[in-house]
Amino acid sequence: MVSLEEGGFAIFLVLLAFACLIVAGKTFDQVMAFHAGIGALIAAVSVFWIFKNYFDDGGEPIPQEIGGKPNYNMGPVKFGSVAAMVWGLAGFTVGLVIALQLAFPALNFDLPWTNFGRMRPLHTSAVIFAFGGNVLLATSMYVVQRTSRARMPGKILPWFVIVGYNVFIVIAGTGYLLGATQSKEYAEPEWYADLWLTVVWVAYLLLFLGTLWKRKEPHIYVANWFYLAFIVTIAMLHIVNNLTIPVSAYSTKSYIVWSGVQDAMVQWWYGHNAVGFFLTAGFLAIMYYFIPKRADRPVYSYRLSIVHFWALIFIYIWAGPHHLHYTALPQWASTLGATFSIILWMPSWGGMINGLMTLSGAWDKLRTDPVLRMMVVSVAFYGMSTFEGPLMSLRSVNSLSHYTDWTIGHVHSGALGWVGYISFGALYCLIPWLWNRKGLYSLKLVNWHFWLSTLGIVLYITSMWVSGIMQGLMWRAYDQLGFLEYSFVETVEAMHPFYIIRALGGALFLLGAVIMAYNLWMTVRHGEAEEAEATPAGSLAPAE
Amino acid sequence: MSAWKKHEVFEKNSFVLLIGILVVVAIGGLVEIAPLFYLKSTIEKTEGMRPYTPLELTGRNIFIREGCYTCHSQMIRPMRDELERYGHYSLAAESMYDHPFQWGSKRTGPDLARVGGKYSDDWHVEHLKDPRSLVPASIMPGYPFLAENRLSSRDIQADLSVNAFLGTPYTQEQIDNAAADLMGQARPDTDAAYEFEERWPTAKVRSFDGNLKDVTEMDALVAYLQVLGTMVDFSIYDDKANAR
Repeated sequence: MVSLEEGGFAIFLVLLAFACLIVAGKTFDQVMAFHAGIGALIAAVSVFWIFKNYFDDGGEPIPQEIGGKPNYNMGPVKFGSVAAMVWGLAGFTVGLVIALQLAFPALNFDLPWTNFGRMRPLHTSAVIFAFGGNVLLATSMYVVQRTSRARMPGKILPWFVIVGYNVFIVIAGTGYLLGATQSKEYAEPEWYADLWLTVVWVAYLLLFLGTLWKRKEPHIYVANWFYLAFIVTIAMLHIVNNLTIPVSAYSTKSYIVWSGVQDAMVQWWYGHNAVGFFLTAGFLAIMYYFIPKRADRPVYSYRLSIVHFWALIFIYIWAGPHHLHYTALPQWASTLGATFSIILWMPSWGGMINGLMTLSGAWDKLRTDPVLRMMVVSVAFYGMSTFEGPLMSLRSVNSLSHYTDWTIGHVHSGALGWVGYISFGALYCLIPWLWNRKGLYSLKLVNWHFWLSTLGIVLYITSMWVSGIMQGLMWRAYDQLGFLEYSFVETVEAMHPFYIIRALGGALFLLGAVIMAYNLWMTVRHGEAEEAEATPAGSLAPAE
Repeated sequence: MSAWKKHEVFEKNSFVLLIGILVVVAIGGLVEIAPLFYLKSTIEKTEGMRPYTPLELTGRNIFIREGCYTCHSQMIRPMRDELERYGHYSLAAESMYDHPFQWGSKRTGPDLARVGGKYSDDWHVEHLKDPRSLVPASIMPGYPFLAENRLSSRDIQADLSVNAFLGTPYTQEQIDNAAADLMGQARPDTDAAYEFEERWPTAKVRSFDGNLKDVTEMDALVAYLQVLGTMVDFSIYDDKANAR
C-alpha cells in the first residue's frame, strides 16, 4: 500500500508540476518561464523518485529501531552537509569576485548578469541561506534525532525539506542574476520563491516538532530550544517582511504591501533578526551541541543557558531600528532599538561565556585538536562582534559608521569568524560521524585551513575598519575656509588600497575552504571506517 | 521547588516551548512597528508629493532590478556635511509611495535622495553607459544595455493597479491610460505627450535618453533619477511643525 505520506506528496507534486507548466506556457516573462520550467522538472522527477522508491522497497515501513538502537535517518543530513560545502565554495567565490569588482570596476564587464548590483545579493544569499541554511538544516536534523534518540518522522518529509530548500536557493540565486529581486536586503527573492520557502519552512517546523514528539528523552536538549526559536521566528519574520502582491500570477514582479518608513522598519526588524535568529540562534544551537561533544565536557552552566536563551530571543527582536538612526524613522523607534542593542550585549556574552567555559578542564585540547580550536575561536569572534554591534548601534558612533565599510567589516567578523568557523567545526565533526569514519583525513590540513582563514579574516576586518572610519571622517571633513574638504569621488579613490587588502583576505578565506572541501572529500573517499558506534548521547543531559 | 525547576515545563513540552518562544519574540516587533501605522506624526505634512508616473515607476523598477540600492542610499541624514553635500534631509513623506523603500544601507557611491535636477539628462545617460568617461575614479559598473532595451507597456497598467490597491493615490484615469502615458512622457510634441501632461501636470515630458525614436530603459531610469527628491516644495515646508 502506498502510504498516506507518499501518496499525498505525489499528488501535491503532480499538481505543482502541472501548475508550473501552465505558468511556463502562459507567461511572457522569460525569468518566470525559466523558473516555472525548473519547478515542473524537479516536481516531476520527485514524483518519479517517490514511486521508484516505493517499488524498490515494496512499501515496507522503515524500522524505527535496529538492534535496540534508534535507526537514525542520516540521508538528508548527508545531503545538507554536502550542499553546504558546495554552496559555501560558490558563495565565498562570488564574494571574492565582488570584492575585486570594487577594486577593479572593469570586472563588472558592463553586462546585466555580472554587475555588482546583481552579484552582491547573490553573494549574501549564497553564504547566508545556501551555505548557512544547509548547515543549519543538516545539523538540526542530526542534533534533534540524536538528542531525542528518535528517527525523524516520515519517509518523504525530510527529503522534501532539504531538497525543497535547495530548490528555493537555486530559484533565488538565478533570479538575482536574471533581474528578479524585491530589493529587500537578505529577503531579495521574489514572491513565488518566498511562497515556496514558506511551504518548505512549515514542513521543516513539522519535521522538527515531529522528531521532538517522538523523543525518548524527557528533556528537550538546550540546542533544540535554539533550533526551535530559529525556525519559528524566521517563519514569522519571513512572512511579515515578504507580504507582497504580484502584478500577475505569470509575472516575477510584485509590490511589497508596506511602503516608505513602515517598510523600512519592517525590513530592518526582519534584517537584524535574520542576523539574530538565522545567524545567531541557529548557530548557537550548533555551539551547544558540537562544542560539548567535541570537548567531551558538559555544557558549562545549565542555568546560564536558560537565562541566555530567553533573554537573547526576547531582546534581539527589538534591535532592528538601530539600522535607521538619523533617518526619517521617528527617533523614538531608533532610540528604542539602540537601547535594546546595548542590553543585548549581556545575553550575547552570557552565551559566549557558556560556550567558552564548556572547555573548563579541556583547554589542553586546543593544542591538539584544530577542529575544537576553530569552534572556540568562533565563539571568541562571536563575543567580539556582539561587543562591536552594540557600540555601533549608539547614535554618535553610528553617525560615523553608517553607510561605510565599517558595517561591512562588522558583518564579516560575525559571518566569517562566528558563523563560518562554527559551521566549519560542525562539518569537520559531522562528516566523519555521518560516513562512519574514525576521524578526518588530515588534521594538518585543518590546521592550514584554520591559520589561512584566520589571517584572511584579520586582513578583512582590519582593512574595513580603516577604510570605513576613514571614509566616514572624510565625508564630514571641513577645510579651514569652512567648505567640505573632499568630493565624494575622492573618498572613493581613498578606498582603493583597502579594497585590495580586503579581497586578499577573502581569497585566503576561500583558499582555506578549498582545503577543507578537499579534506572532507578525502575523509569520505579514503577515511578508515569506524568499528562500532561510540558516541552515546547520554553525556548531553543538562548539568543540574 | 526552586524557580529553575519550574523551567521544566518548557523543557518537557515542545508545544509550551513553541508558544513561549512565539510570545517572547512577538513583543518587540509589535511595539516598534504597530505605532508607525497610527501615530500621525510619523509622516510629515508636505506639499507636492505625487505618485510616480508610469515611466518613473518603470525606471524605479529598473533601479531595483539592477541592485543600485546596494551602493546608493536614498536617505539624507540631518548632519551639516550631508545637508551641504546632498541637500535638505529626507522626510518620511518623500518615500510614502515607495513599495518597497529604497533608503539603502551603504554609500559606496553618493546618496541619490536628491539627485533629481542636479545633472543634465545627457550627463546621466553618458554616466550610466560609461561612468569612467565622466568620473575617472568612479568604480560604478557601466549599464550600456539600458539604452538598447526598449520598454514594454504590457504590465504597466497592472503595476499601477497594484500600487493603487496598496494605497498609492493613482486616479482611475491614470491607471487606464498607463500604457499610453508610459510612452507619452518620453515623446515630446506628440499627442500622447499632450494627453500625458493633462493627467500629470507636474511631471516633466522629454526624451530623457536623447533618442526620440525609441522609449528605452534608459529613458525610464533617467526619468526616475531626475524626479528623486524634487517633489516636496521646501519653500513652504514647516520644519518646526513637523519636529518629532
